[in-house]
Amino acid sequence: MEYVNPEGLRLDGRRFNEMRQIVAEVGVVSKADGSAVFEMGNTKVIAAVYGPREIQNKSLQKKNDHALVLCEYSMAQFSTGDRRRQKFDRRSTELSLVIRQTMEACILTELLPHSQIDIFLQVLQADGGTRSACINAATLALADAGIPMRDLAVSCSAGYLNSTPLLDLNYVEDSAGGADVTVGILPKLDKVTLLQMDAKLPMETFETVFALASEGCKAIAERIREVLQENTKQLEYRRAA
Amino acid sequence: MEGRFANLWRLTVNESKFVESALQSELRVDGRGLYDYRKLTIKFGKEYGSSEVQLGQTHVMGFVTAQLVQPYKDRPNEGSFSIFTEYSPMADPSFEPGHPGESAVELGRIIDRALRESRAVDTESLCVLAGKLVWSVRIDLHILDNGGNLVDAANIAALAALMTYRRPDCTVGGESSQEVIIHPPEEREPLPLIIHHLPIAFTFGFFNKGSILVMDPTYVEEAVMCGRMTVTVNANGDICAIQKPGEEGVNQSVVLHCLRLASSRAAATTKIIREAVEAYNRERSSQKVKRHHTLAKSEVSGPIVVVRKRQQQKKSSGQEKAAEIHFWLWLWWLIVTFWR
Repeated sequence: MEYVNPEGLRLDGRRFNEMRQIVAEVGVVSKADGSAVFEMGNTKVIAAVYGPREIQNKSLQKKNDHALVLCEYSMAQFSTGDRRRQKFDRRSTELSLVIRQTMEACILTELLPHSQIDIFLQVLQADGGTRSACINAATLALADAGIPMRDLAVSCSAGYLNSTPLLDLNYVEDSAGGADVTVGILPKLDKVTLLQMDAKLPMETFETVFALASEGCKAIAERIREVLQENTKQLEYRRAA
Repeated sequence: MEGRFANLWRLTVNESKFVESALQSELRVDGRGLYDYRKLTIKFGKEYGSSEVQLGQTHVMGFVTAQLVQPYKDRPNEGSFSIFTEYSPMADPSFEPGHPGESAVELGRIIDRALRESRAVDTESLCVLAGKLVWSVRIDLHILDNGGNLVDAANIAALAALMTYRRPDCTVGGESSQEVIIHPPEEREPLPLIIHHLPIAFTFGFFNKGSILVMDPTYVEEAVMCGRMTVTVNANGDICAIQKPGEEGVNQSVVLHCLRLASSRAAATTKIIREAVEAYNRERSSQKVKRHHTLAKSEVSGPIVVVRKRQQQKKSSGQEKAAEIHFWLWLWWLIVTFWR
């Protein structure tokens, strides 16, 4: 099947280095301390952050003078085409672990000892790149909750089909059997926190795809910064009024 | 490690500081170099498809079984395989029996992704009747001793078990060629799985905010390290899977350095695995020849039976002769009596 036609257009009309449209909104769940909705094309994710609050389960605490970060990733049963049978399967467990560890790297946990930060992620529409959308949504929600972070954690995915590196795969491109590289970076510090890859790639091709995904991450970081600045302006405006 | 017993064992401040300061001078607590692996031994069990791998103190066993099932609707011509990990509580007091914890699920998924997405195991050859019956291969990994770096050891155990597994031969027959007959191993030699390449996992530990890199971390080093990365490569220079699950951020150059280190070691480890499998196969086939020797031994006990038979014959012939003499005497007496 042809995923990139000879003119260089993909199935949805994008070029190889174009991302899908991003729509982000902050402060959607009124009960939560911080929340956000993040859309990348048809993938829609909602994140809610509760914290810092008192530790509910002391046996989970590993480091006494650091905050405990808990994360739960789940896909709604209506998020994919066919109704999903189980909400929590092994993929959800692994993604909860991975996203938790990614956010832990960017939250300044030593400033909030003996407390717990809960991040709840719910995928409402899944069209490829859900874990990237979740990390971006979690970053926005944590910023909305006012939790101190050393940098914004942003994430983007890239793949390799028809001998072309492609940025921001959707579900059809992802299930084509080509490589899928998900990268999570801290843009100001220029450090890689999350890196996951599946399917075979020769070393040089991987470096190209990795560089493309990092570029995509930097573009998303710009967008997230814009959204947060816009949100702060709105808060200031309402306070002044 | 989570659950009630997750924090029963905690590294003391002294131990963690000792490990970290030793690493600053490029020394590891067990005397290895930064990129040295511990001793790897691969053993096999009696059954086809069972392997036992020891990497230093880490001990993992792998078992492969297969059964005929219906294929998935979107892949009617392909078999399937699944990996199950069992974190036995005897390996580590923080492992709880029953429901697998986060790290068990992660380990299973790393190995699963490396084998499945890189198409190491050929699934099309596992198809028996398209759309109706395919072989489903199940790999069970049992962790017996957690000495650190479970991913690498479990990966090698899975590969060794897959390479030595033999599935039963089956033929499609019957009236409408819809019946499948599975031949037992005595009737027809079981067949090996087709494995295109061996994806081998290499785990790195990061220390000191990502500036110090270590390969094959031990249990103590794992408790101290601030981040890790598992790179799965094969001997052809392909990268099959990468897993860096968050934690400490590292520079891009460090990531590429890890990939190069892993690629350079893939060939050596592949050779070790293939040699172990070949040695096992040779031993297995020589064992089949030995079975005939034991049959010859049982023939040695034959003559004892023969000797007994001859003695019996001797006894019976004596009795027969006496009866015969008795008959002739009686006949002679009869003739003498009635001839007068």
